[in-house]
Amino acid sequence: MKRAAALVAALAVLATVVWLVWPSDAEISGQEQRIAVVDGPGDDQRVELDTTYFPPAGGGRAPAVLLAHGFGGSKQSVRAQAVRLARQGYAVLTWSARGFGRSTGQIALNSPDYEVKDVKQLIDWLAERPDVRLDAAGDPRVGIAGGSYGGAIALMTAAHDSRVDAIVPMITWNDLSEALFPNGVFKKMWAGLFFSRGGPSPDAQGLSALTAQPRPLSAEEARCGRFLPAVCAMYQEVAATGRATPAAIETLRASSPVSVAGRIKAPTLLIQGQRDSLFPLAQADANAKAIAAAGTPVEVMWFDGGHDGGNGEVDWLDERLLDWFDRYLRTDGQGTSAKGAAATVKGFVITRDGGRDPGTRQRIRLHPGADRYPGLAGTSTTQVPLTGPDQNVANPPGGNPASISAVPGIGGLLGAGAQGNPGVSLDMPGQSAVFESAPLAEPLQLTGTPTVKIRVQGQGEATLFAKLYDVADAATPPTLPAGLVAPVRVPAGSGEVTVTLPAVDHRFAAGHRVRLALTTTDMGYATPAEPASYVVGLASPTLTVPTVPELAAPPTGPVWWTWALPLAAVAAAALILATGRRTVAAPSGTSERAEVPLEIAGLTKAYRNGEKAVDGLSFTVEKGQVLGLLGPNGAGKTTTMRMMMGLIQPDDGEIRIFGDTVTPGAPVLSRLGSFVEGPGFLPHLSGRDNLTLYWQATGRPPQDAHMEEALEIAGLGTALERAVRTYSQGMRQRLAIAQAMLGLPDLLVLDEPTNGLDPPQIREMREVLKRYARDGRTVIVSSHLLAEVEQTCSHVVVMHRGRLVSAGPVSDLLGTAKHNGHGPRLEDVFLDLIGEKS
Amino acid sequence: MTTTAAPGYAARRTLPLRVEIVRQFKRRRTLVMFGLLLALPWILVIAFQFGPQNTGQQNALRLSDLATQGGLNFAAFALSVSASFLLVVAVALFCGDTVASEANWSSLRYLLAAPVPRDRLLRQKLVVALGYSAAAVICLPVMALIAGTLVFGWNDIQVPGTGETIPAFDVLPRFGIVIGYALVSQLVVASLAFLLSTVTDSPLGAVGGAVGLVIVSTILQAVEALGSLREFLPTFWNTAWMDALAPVLDWGGMTKGAAVSVTYSAILIAIAFRRFRRKDVVS
Repeated sequence: MKRAAALVAALAVLATVVWLVWPSDAEISGQEQRIAVVDGPGDDQRVELDTTYFPPAGGGRAPAVLLAHGFGGSKQSVRAQAVRLARQGYAVLTWSARGFGRSTGQIALNSPDYEVKDVKQLIDWLAERPDVRLDAAGDPRVGIAGGSYGGAIALMTAAHDSRVDAIVPMITWNDLSEALFPNGVFKKMWAGLFFSRGGPSPDAQGLSALTAQPRPLSAEEARCGRFLPAVCAMYQEVAATGRATPAAIETLRASSPVSVAGRIKAPTLLIQGQRDSLFPLAQADANAKAIAAAGTPVEVMWFDGGHDGGNGEVDWLDERLLDWFDRYLRTDGQGTSAKGAAATVKGFVITRDGGRDPGTRQRIRLHPGADRYPGLAGTSTTQVPLTGPDQNVANPPGGNPASISAVPGIGGLLGAGAQGNPGVSLDMPGQSAVFESAPLAEPLQLTGTPTVKIRVQGQGEATLFAKLYDVADAATPPTLPAGLVAPVRVPAGSGEVTVTLPAVDHRFAAGHRVRLALTTTDMGYATPAEPASYVVGLASPTLTVPTVPELAAPPTGPVWWTWALPLAAVAAAALILATGRRTVAAPSGTSERAEVPLEIAGLTKAYRNGEKAVDGLSFTVEKGQVLGLLGPNGAGKTTTMRMMMGLIQPDDGEIRIFGDTVTPGAPVLSRLGSFVEGPGFLPHLSGRDNLTLYWQATGRPPQDAHMEEALEIAGLGTALERAVRTYSQGMRQRLAIAQAMLGLPDLLVLDEPTNGLDPPQIREMREVLKRYARDGRTVIVSSHLLAEVEQTCSHVVVMHRGRLVSAGPVSDLLGTAKHNGHGPRLEDVFLDLIGEKS
Repeated sequence: MTTTAAPGYAARRTLPLRVEIVRQFKRRRTLVMFGLLLALPWILVIAFQFGPQNTGQQNALRLSDLATQGGLNFAAFALSVSASFLLVVAVALFCGDTVASEANWSSLRYLLAAPVPRDRLLRQKLVVALGYSAAAVICLPVMALIAGTLVFGWNDIQVPGTGETIPAFDVLPRFGIVIGYALVSQLVVASLAFLLSTVTDSPLGAVGGAVGLVIVSTILQAVEALGSLREFLPTFWNTAWMDALAPVLDWGGMTKGAAVSVTYSAILIAIAFRRFRRKDVVS
């Protein structure tokens, strides 16, 4: 107990010390700077950028990271991420882009003439910093990361400035015109939301922005907010008509990586959201293809997030981002990291649902990867037959009511905590043609863009929205993976057209059906106002589903510890058992000693507190003796008897029974019958069952038990069939003595056998013991009743405080006693011996 | 080796399993526990009969909502509600009580002096205690399957969460996996209870100690800050058997759970044997 307490105390002290000494995270504080830049097509526009610089935590010259914010945000939006990166030893610069936050200037949509020039000058500024590592004079080691609007500036800057060494663009566009006008259909809700975020900036930040009285706006501000007038005019034109003019497309493309992606030399980690109806996975796909075509290393990640919500996976993205920068900014060679991060970099990593955590029942995400980015066509395809007749669909006048798929901004409003697909998808009756597969025989993991060939007949150009539903059964509403739709325009009278469905990663479970729906309306898009009707049918009855089997490959068998741990445990267990095995003294049964029932030599046993219960005890018992073991309470009689039974290990000395050293479970104990410190029975069993089962437990033949003789000694009569718990103390006592006599052992050890017996029974017991010894067996009896011992025993051993005081025949002992009037009494001798004179 | 033992004595014949089974069987706690485990499914059946009937579609299909879908669903439900505590108590009782109660009754010293060698005594007792524990873990879902099938019919199993169905005869072997895994995962409780049983003379102490460990471990595994360390908590994978009833059988969780369980058990049982071998029996 003391040792355990000491151990606990030591551990507590150790834990406290470790806690105190453990290095705490370095305090990171940003330095606010206003950096003046010059931009514009003629390099004549002065803009002040509001920036914060976070020096690297480690000191010295460190690689730098530029962190860009999303549309409508400011440098404050990325502050937390900047602090995390600075803590990892990067010099981090955040800034509010022109037209955002407290920076001056107007929004030019990441134009090469405006925002890109700004960022190049920020890189110049970094090159002047004493704590930023340089590749050459004026060329800092720098990476750029950012989401959405900030992702695009990363790509644009990398294309225009060769000093950029690595970029991590997230949920961003490749071609803004394609993102806002997919297949020429205006994505009106997203476009409206997107542009409104560049509106007049409130003077106050945060909550006070909602409560403060708004400042009166000038006409220009109200109309265009902080947009550059040219951008504003372009948007107003296309939003009013729902049609992209060539000039608008040119403006949007100039602000898009599509125009310059082939020039990017900085290794690029493209992170795109699986829940993104604004910049879907196809945008990252286009970026990846263009950048890879230039021979630049590219990795593509599809994570659980995007402009429509999802989990966001902040920690996972941070980890991957850090991996990427560690790999390309920390090392001199391309692609080999100091800490071997190269092994973890793959061509393609996606996030998939991994069921629930068994402990917390929370959703967990898996991140399977493939060595190569397969594109949206997959590495192999599965043909899924679809059936359905040609169907009539109508475009309602005014495009109203419209079908609903993803509702822009809803995911954002619900926040990153929104789990799963809200599943608000609704097809209006009469507007959709539906084609369905048979229930799938096996699960189908779709990764990429499925394609299908359809035929449309009708007047004029048709605008259709293609969706791929997962239909579980009749009872469950179909789900639209990620809420994505693909708009298609079918030119008048053209007939057949191949529809490319939205890029998703979705698992259709076995038994589910795949349903293709083609609707004439979608709330998120501008659709023709004129009523029209078409006949929609399948031109080819199969849906081509891309798959990437490499991703599904099981992750290299079970985790290593699932086999290593049990093996180690079994080895440890074997070690625990092997080292715990006591060296058993060979039972040295010499023939002359084999006739000696009991021989005790130098027996010593100390209590835990060091006090000796038995101290150097030695005596011998010969065959045929009835030995009385005498001594006051605490003399060590019971301890000695327990050692005879192998229950307690002696500290020193030994006990031999018929020549064999007594060890726990020594076979010679089978010749010992014992009754020590009270009876021990199973209270729920009858007396007879107890004895029978005890004998069976010894494993010896039933006929050796001499059960009837023992039961006669017990003298329990019919009570033998009752449960032991109903017995009186005397009955248990007699049953226990009977149990000790089962098998008529050669050596019988009885501790206080007459306790609880009435006088006739005591008398009978006396005769039984004498008779027992007469047959050449040996009996050892301990007792307090000296008169009893005197009458029963032939020999006596007297113990006191663990030591032998006297041993010999009763008659000898009595002979040594001094007479005090009447005959010698054992009581007098005993008291004399233990030193308490009467 | 001189033959100094009594005639007919052989260490390998001491305390036969049959004897130990009989010794334990007639105990009240054994009979009460089995009675409870066999009655529980019927109590649940009655509870479902009296409870308000679900009408209308449920969006999130929970195991309890599906319990009345059929015998298999009902058995899965019965197992899920009892595995976390009732079966733990049953297993802790059979394994924790076995040596400690003998010490408590003083019968342990007579067995040891019979003599039943100490390793053998522990081995036989462990085998019988594990046997009773296994019977307890098996009898509950089997009785639930019988009761559920009689009352709710023999239907395909409906998976919680997605509501998919798996044909009944496909899932029957999976049910064997479920029960097998439930057995393996209870091994930790069994071995800890057994270790405590050899340390203390109080049967309640051994049972309570093992149940206490399960409670502490369950609390710890809810602390997500512990991260992947939680995977090594003895109770972390206790519900992994649900993977066996998913449309696609997933061995991952159950493999890990079995590994953790076997690891703890091997070491705990080894310690039990080592301690008991050297222990001074003073009870």
